[in-house]
Amino acid sequence: MSGLLSAQGVQKKFGAVVAAQDLHIHIQAGERISLIGSNGAGKTTFVNMITGYIQPDAGQITLDGHNIIGMTPRDITRLGVARSFQIPQLYASMSVLDNMLVAQTTHDNQLSWWRPAHSAASRDRAEAVLERFNLLSHRHRLVAELPGGVRKLVDIALAMMGSPKLLLLDEPTSGVAAEEKFPMMDTVMQALDGQALTALFVEHDMDIVSRYCQRVIAFYSGRIIADDLPSVALTHADVRRYVTGEPDA
Amino acid sequence: MGKLLFTAELVLLGCLGAGFFLPKWLQFMLTMAMANGLVSLGLVILMRGGVVAFGQGLMAALGGYTAALVFEHLQWTDALLLPLLGGVTAMLITAPFAPLLARYRGIFFSMLTLALSMVGYGILVKTDSLGGSDGINMGRVTLLGQTLPDAAVSYTLLAVTMCFAAVSLVWAKVFFASTRGLVTRAIRDNELRVEYMGGSVAQTMAINFVLAAFLAGMGGALAVMALGHIDPNFSYWTTSGEYVFVAILAGSQSVLAVMLSSAVLEVVRSFSSAYFPTTWQFALGLFLLLVIRFLPHGLGSLWRSKSPQDMS
Repeated sequence: MSGLLSAQGVQKKFGAVVAAQDLHIHIQAGERISLIGSNGAGKTTFVNMITGYIQPDAGQITLDGHNIIGMTPRDITRLGVARSFQIPQLYASMSVLDNMLVAQTTHDNQLSWWRPAHSAASRDRAEAVLERFNLLSHRHRLVAELPGGVRKLVDIALAMMGSPKLLLLDEPTSGVAAEEKFPMMDTVMQALDGQALTALFVEHDMDIVSRYCQRVIAFYSGRIIADDLPSVALTHADVRRYVTGEPDA
Repeated sequence: MGKLLFTAELVLLGCLGAGFFLPKWLQFMLTMAMANGLVSLGLVILMRGGVVAFGQGLMAALGGYTAALVFEHLQWTDALLLPLLGGVTAMLITAPFAPLLARYRGIFFSMLTLALSMVGYGILVKTDSLGGSDGINMGRVTLLGQTLPDAAVSYTLLAVTMCFAAVSLVWAKVFFASTRGLVTRAIRDNELRVEYMGGSVAQTMAINFVLAAFLAGMGGALAVMALGHIDPNFSYWTTSGEYVFVAILAGSQSVLAVMLSSAVLEVVRSFSSAYFPTTWQFALGLFLLLVIRFLPHGLGSLWRSKSPQDMS
């Protein structure tokens, strides 16, 4: 595995609140990593800095050797970073298939005045991705009519349309019914299997973390307090004290 | 695409044939309806992206003044050339403002376009070389070098306007179904996601604004060719409001509905002003209220299916 993402001495403050404090993270291609931490620990801030939504105050972030500091979300997307959102960000008045076609068009920069959005080739490609996420039967439904769990999957499927190198999933199971979490994650992981991509999950559910990730990075007050295998990181004293909140810590 | 062009040709030929037998007053009314409909078609493009411009009257005026000035000073009188010149001029004058306007949404976009149009109105009123508040007249146009006899003027202008409208409607239909058209709809729903997928929201909105200006300029020039006169009222905010009225009446599902709505406005205005001249706006407002109540997606929803692809 080779280095894909590297954060060196990254810092970010919002007024007096330290959201990122001297972060050093190296991520290899192909890893499945979970970012854990209590609310306000700095997980989403880190994700937002990788995607260019916010800029760090200091430090350097490189993706495949490119310094991405100062780049817009659009430019970073073009380098191969895609993300899903804690609250799915979809085109609610459009069908699932149209959502996928928008993702394909914008990612491939195929904006045209005359090329039909619903060409056979575009539909085939979009439907192939939908099939991987077991969403094909929903393709003609309006997004606004979909249940929450299906919307989450569509959100992730949209991110996958661009064949990204790095996929960031912001709390993929939040808001999903307890009995649907594992089936949903199974679907996601099966869809990611065989794809040459690195996945970063922001996640609060430790069962999900220990079952689906190879590495855990735990945040507390903008600092990294553990970075290891799930079996090791989740038993780390600071993680038990500040993240999982176990009473015997 | 082939089927669309074939259907458009048939409809155009049918309309050209039928138009020949209409009385002159109705020919004029339809000419104005389609010329104004082109301005509203540009508005519908913007509305599909989630913004409404309240200054399209200025774009139409730019096209109209261009046609009149070119006719007067350069003696370019061709009925096919003048609308194109009007459209291009409106597009070129608007283009520098497009990147600024593309940054705003909602009421801020609407008010900025309104403000720009009122600045333009003020300039037109105060510029003597443009006729000031009286405006300027325009003579009779020619067609492919041929002078038009009195009896043929009204129908020729109707036919020319129909041709421009037909080409614009076919283009708009293709555009709405294109990849750029789809992304325009996506921007209305969720700009953030479009940016996160690698699309440029600002660029798309700016291009749509310039396209709307081209259509408005073309429509303005066609209207001035039929009226034979233009004055600054073309760019006044109440005129812009009428274009918005037509766009809302039409909805954004059908391009044909824009022309139909524009014709409805002309008919309601003509008959209302004839039979109750002081309260015709009341009739117009009542009509719009009924449409909004019973056809919230506009007249176009009467014949468009409610499949997810069509609903917008």
